[in-house]
Amino acid sequence: MTTKPKEKPSRFDPEPLPRRDFLGLAALGSMALALLVSAFGMLRLPKAAVSASPAKKFEVDLPDALPAGEAFVPPGRNVAVFRDAEGVYAISTVCTHLGCIVKALPNGFECPCHGSGFASDGAVTKGPAPKPLPWLKVSARGNSVVIDEETTVASGTKV
Amino acid sequence: MENEERTALNTFWHNLRAVPVDLYRAMFRGGAPVTDRTRSSFVFGNVFLHLHSVRTHLWSLRWTATMGLGIITTAAFLITLVTGVLLMFYYKPYPDVAYQSIKDIHFIVPTGRFIRNIHRWAANVMVVAVILHMARAFYTASYRKPREFNWLIGWGLLVTTLALSFTGYLLPWDQLAYWAITIGANIAQSPREITDAMGITDLMDIGGLQREILLGSDIVGEESLIRFYLLHVMILPIVMAMLMAVHFWRIRKDGGLAKPADVNERVSVSQPEHYPVFTEEPKKTYQLAAVVKGRTPAVGSGPENTVPSMPHLFYAELGILMFTTLVCVALALVSDAPLKELANPLVPENPAKAPWYFLGLQEIVSFSAFMGGIGIPMLCWIGLGLIPFLDKETEGTGEWFGGPGGARLTLWSMVYGFATSIAVEAFAIRFGWLREWFPDVPQLVITFLNPGTVITALYAAFSIWALRRFNSTRAGALALFTCFLCGFIVLTVIGTYFRGPNWVFFWSPADWNAH
Repeated sequence: MTTKPKEKPSRFDPEPLPRRDFLGLAALGSMALALLVSAFGMLRLPKAAVSASPAKKFEVDLPDALPAGEAFVPPGRNVAVFRDAEGVYAISTVCTHLGCIVKALPNGFECPCHGSGFASDGAVTKGPAPKPLPWLKVSARGNSVVIDEETTVASGTKV
Repeated sequence: MENEERTALNTFWHNLRAVPVDLYRAMFRGGAPVTDRTRSSFVFGNVFLHLHSVRTHLWSLRWTATMGLGIITTAAFLITLVTGVLLMFYYKPYPDVAYQSIKDIHFIVPTGRFIRNIHRWAANVMVVAVILHMARAFYTASYRKPREFNWLIGWGLLVTTLALSFTGYLLPWDQLAYWAITIGANIAQSPREITDAMGITDLMDIGGLQREILLGSDIVGEESLIRFYLLHVMILPIVMAMLMAVHFWRIRKDGGLAKPADVNERVSVSQPEHYPVFTEEPKKTYQLAAVVKGRTPAVGSGPENTVPSMPHLFYAELGILMFTTLVCVALALVSDAPLKELANPLVPENPAKAPWYFLGLQEIVSFSAFMGGIGIPMLCWIGLGLIPFLDKETEGTGEWFGGPGGARLTLWSMVYGFATSIAVEAFAIRFGWLREWFPDVPQLVITFLNPGTVITALYAAFSIWALRRFNSTRAGALALFTCFLCGFIVLTVIGTYFRGPNWVFFWSPADWNAH
């Protein structure tokens, strides 16, 4: 059995991975990598590390004459504060559907945007809202109360 | 003496006087478009015109082929581009300041109100035209091979148009703008409705991330406004321009508009009002068989039934451009763009209504935030994109309501589409929905079973019936597309005219005060 002598490579019978192909693939690969990394970098930029927003904790003086079940809305805040015999409690007035501000009525809350309705304890009674209005943490400080919009408490918690 | 006159100074004077003529000739090298050759070079010698083919088929020039809807859309876009740049002279993207600057544009800037009105009306015209244009492409089955990709580009253009409209009405920072941003951002956050129900929001909060990227903050404020401004004046117009370039280019590369297979028996070039085919004998012939793609090599004949694009196509396009401008200007003269009160983060308007083209969406969002705002729109959008890949039949291409079932099926689909959506809406308005009957029903049930999803399911069922009845994917597509178009109209009309304060049903806005 004779083996053929090894022929000189020609362009009609190239080596398995010609140098030109290797360089081409390397160029394409490095470009793809660079694009990928820069794409991630560019996506990272719009997501702020720190976002400026007003303080979510505020102190409020309740009016002396606040009948049970009547909402007191502190100026500039999306919170309804109530006081009855058992204590003070605060319910967020931001609709859990799409963030419109609900209006406090004697028998509950109504949303103007998509028709959600809530009972006076915040439970959903009609419309598309997926969750009840959250109760917010209230703590007493002297004669006034401090309300923390970021901390929710169980429905029915009164201070 | 002659030599004396050819001094450099004389040549200089001679050249100087010839500048206007030479400049004109340098710009327009082809000469007046009066022969086949000059008419051709008029097209391909001009960077703005060369996206067109040199010759246009008579079928495509018929008024009923396109009704000019694509050109109307393009014209409206160009008008918004020009007027938008003008508005940027005075507009300042900062909360409250933005509102004052729009007021300045409206009341103080010379022609400011007029330009803003044109901008607003052209945007509205564009939304209408782009929807009708899509319907035209669908009903003439123009999405079929080789035009599948161009249908997808159009699909992207539809979304870009709506995104431009949405980001546009946010900029005045009035009550409409503020609450639209709030609602839009919360729709982006609404996947939480699903992740909350599954209890995985802490692990994977897609909704929260989308909202944060969109707003640039956890509240609607200066960061949000500058983001929507950037989208409106830079990112989206660039996307739009690029998609449009590809869209136009592909029309030509795909062989012009879709035409029936037997188109050449239907139109004839012998009509006397057209510039004739080939007035001159071709002086040279080329072997193009290896270059030109197509089913029928045109051996021994000229390009069948085509006329020069200059003047036939260009004058038609110019006419439509002028018509669109006229419509926008006329509407701008009779109706002012709205500007509500300054944004008030504490009190939404009641009712808080989006512009008309989103009121259908607002109507289904009032059933479920996730399904109405993301689920059903995504379903429609993906369904639209898949049309050319699901219907690969050839019958009826290029003809209005072509394909099995045809105009008759379209008519019945219209009846069904209107009846179903009106019936389901009427039922929900009269009798309420699950929450009113069973207060403890889980949210996930309402998310997936609400009037919006019921209408969608009924439409899908009808489409499957049509598909089986005619044994044709085209019939299924005709039924489904027509139904969704009708549903869109019904929901938009209800949202616009029959919803009042607290999104309650009213027969007429005159009754709103009784509330």
